[in-house]
Amino acid sequence: MLFTSYEFIAFLLILFLVYYLIPKRFQWMLLLAANYIFYFFSGPKFLIYILTTTVSAYIAGNRIHSLHEEQAAYLAENKGRLSREDRKEYKAAIKSRQWKWLLYCLLLNFGILAVIKYANFGIANVNYLLQAFGSGSQISFLKLALPMGISFYTFQTMGYMIDVYRGKYPPEKNIFKLALFVSFFPQLVQGPISRFDDLSETLYKEHDFDYRNVSFGLQRILWGFFKKVVLADRMLVAVKTLIQDPETYQGAFALVGMLFYAFQLYADFTGGIDITIGIGQVLGIKLKENFNRPYFSKNITEYWRRWHISLGSWFREYLFYPISVWKPMLNFTKWCRKTLGEAIGRRIPIYISSIVVWAATGIWHGASWNFFMWGMANCFVIILSQELQPFYTWFHNKFDVKHKFGFRLFQVVRTVLLMSSIRMFDCYVDVPTTFRAFWSMFTVFNYHELFNGSLLNLGLSLADYLVLLMGLVVLVTVSLIQRTGSVRAKLAAKPHMVRYALYYGMIIVIIVLGAYGVGYDSSQFIYNQF
Amino acid sequence: MTHKRTLLKLTTICCLILTLFLLQKLLMPKYVTAIVEGSLIEEYYQENAGHDVIFIGDCEVYGNISPVTLWEKYGITSYIRGSAQQLIWQSYYLMEETLKYEKPKVFVFNVLAMKYNEPQKEEYNRLTLDGMRLSMSKIRAIRASMTEDEHMIEYLFPLLRYHSRWSELTHEDFKYMFKKDKIFHNGYYMRVDVKPVTSIPTPRKLPDYNLGENAWHYLDKMVELAEENDIELVLMKAPTIYPHWYDEWDAQIKEYAEEHDLLYINFLERMDEMGIDLYTTDTYDSGLHLNLSGAEKLSAYFGNILKEKFDLEDHRQDEKYRLIWQDKVDFYYQMAENQHNEIEKYGYLRSIAGGNQ
Repeated sequence: MLFTSYEFIAFLLILFLVYYLIPKRFQWMLLLAANYIFYFFSGPKFLIYILTTTVSAYIAGNRIHSLHEEQAAYLAENKGRLSREDRKEYKAAIKSRQWKWLLYCLLLNFGILAVIKYANFGIANVNYLLQAFGSGSQISFLKLALPMGISFYTFQTMGYMIDVYRGKYPPEKNIFKLALFVSFFPQLVQGPISRFDDLSETLYKEHDFDYRNVSFGLQRILWGFFKKVVLADRMLVAVKTLIQDPETYQGAFALVGMLFYAFQLYADFTGGIDITIGIGQVLGIKLKENFNRPYFSKNITEYWRRWHISLGSWFREYLFYPISVWKPMLNFTKWCRKTLGEAIGRRIPIYISSIVVWAATGIWHGASWNFFMWGMANCFVIILSQELQPFYTWFHNKFDVKHKFGFRLFQVVRTVLLMSSIRMFDCYVDVPTTFRAFWSMFTVFNYHELFNGSLLNLGLSLADYLVLLMGLVVLVTVSLIQRTGSVRAKLAAKPHMVRYALYYGMIIVIIVLGAYGVGYDSSQFIYNQF
Repeated sequence: MTHKRTLLKLTTICCLILTLFLLQKLLMPKYVTAIVEGSLIEEYYQENAGHDVIFIGDCEVYGNISPVTLWEKYGITSYIRGSAQQLIWQSYYLMEETLKYEKPKVFVFNVLAMKYNEPQKEEYNRLTLDGMRLSMSKIRAIRASMTEDEHMIEYLFPLLRYHSRWSELTHEDFKYMFKKDKIFHNGYYMRVDVKPVTSIPTPRKLPDYNLGENAWHYLDKMVELAEENDIELVLMKAPTIYPHWYDEWDAQIKEYAEEHDLLYINFLERMDEMGIDLYTTDTYDSGLHLNLSGAEKLSAYFGNILKEKFDLEDHRQDEKYRLIWQDKVDFYYQMAENQHNEIEKYGYLRSIAGGNQ
């Protein structure tokens, strides 16, 4: 069920209605049923994967917790009777058993993800090597379909497992409630990747009908639809034309493709998240924001704090920090400091952790070298900007431009261009094609063709460009207003006629200007592929 | 205060519904020039009920039968409920819907549509279904006709289908938003131009000559519906040579008609008797459809059969009918004259071609 399909809209309307009509204590059960109905429509056979994740996390989580309890009981029972060494030894034994349960669970779930998502990528690379070394034999590819949202729910559930292992919170005792957390349908398509301690309370709580909440949620859904259906899906036509024929569309057109894709991806992903958060809000469930006006960032590090926040935070919490405090890594840090000096020795282990995290982030997005390169490009720029920090300090001491509007604008535009060019790895078919397209921007001087009507041959009419321009103005305006608080709260304070003129205007714009139905290629959200 | 707020909210909701309704009216294709066939089905609702004969089918009825000729020659009142590539289930549901408005003595169904067993093209579905008034018959017709990518809701709220026309609106969309002039003559699409047959395409061999199960199912339903309502059902095959009507198909229809005691006339076998000449005067598109001359010859011939076989009353002396039909006859001859004048002036039918040739 596409978020933007009629079926999904009908599904939502029925769910919203029933949700507030049934006794509140049944609300979470209804949501669980809704999740599985939603998942069923993506392919009944995929239910086995999400059920496996749920059951394995339930068993392992509760086993780990019972070991915690067993340890506490044993230590209380034998208080004063055990020596310090005995206690330490006992604790280590329990920790080891807990670690085994966590490890089994991680291996099983990441193993499923690896086989389904990455096996063919691995096979393709092995085949390439076999061919390179003159071997005539090739490994056959596996015929495996990717279950919807597997990357999202696996990461979300494994985050929960690690937290339980760390003793951050006790595991969920009710398997059905855990199933609700794992499969919460608005998040399945493209996140955000929620933490159990953030989501569980609001998810399982009984919710009264709150007019303001419901109204704000519906407005957020509308805003998401506007971004997705009016802007992203309209831009898709031109992006496809430009990206799928890189030999024809070089130079200026590669630049246009790069910028169009950046715009499309923003409208698509943030639009999807708006719909997700809006659905949650209508249901009384508060989901964390996944974006914070990322295209207003002044550098790439800031950008990654404001774009796909939940993924960044997951990798920080569950990969970057554990690697950084891993015993061999701490020993390596010590060695680096001693051998290479404090300044360099302190940075190298951090950079190594960053490389690992960015490689994983890239591969998380997709099983191809493009995404690996995309991750590495991000990592390179971040490390480079760290290394250039002394130069930036010198520059700002010398020139007092830091707070000047012109300089801030330059920083924002620079970050957008930088991120957009790195994103070229996302869309072209392979790494060499991406490099060729990027290089052509500086070597093929056909920029005059942008003004001879060629842009009208990309599948977009003049009217489409006007809609996109209007959309861009609206997006920028809303983002600027958001800096001083919630747009919806501000709107709520306006007179009735003004508010409703805007709400209805938005509905009409989506219905009339939306790129859906006959003649349009209705597309799934881009992040759904990840 | 609460009442005032509720009233205000209701008013704003009504404003939204009204705006969406107006937008729908504006954005729906008007089918007044160029593809006028989209107006065929809806014109029926402007008609006074009470016809002796209702023709149902595809272009082989709306392009080949002249109700005015049937009136002038035999006093038979008739209407054509046909549209472009109208599929048999659409014809069935139109038949069902027609019975809500009137009870004719005879239904005539053109059998060319039997060659289609599954939904075909969205564009053609629209030409038939958009014109139907909302009813259970329409909903059932939509359900039977939808191709894989179509949605019921886009038929019930056509704004969702035609929303993207916003950038191609013309003055016609505004002019005919609420009211359109009549284009057809009781469902007959008049063409006076002539384009004779020059060559007949060789019919391609088919892997299977059996007409489809679904098509038979709806023909059975037509027979049942006619029987239930004590109405005669006649099967016809219009005398046009393309698309090719295979002998194997004809044999199956003949057998079915005999089994069910139906009158079936394949007019392709009676071209000489009717005096229709597709090689010189009687077609406007090389044999796909008859022109006015051909349609009048077919109607004169067929009318006689209908009158004799079903004992249809001659209404020409009935004042009530005479007044209604006089207007139709005047409109008919006026349009024929206009078309002749156009051909003389431009060399082609400018009004049909939408200003382009």
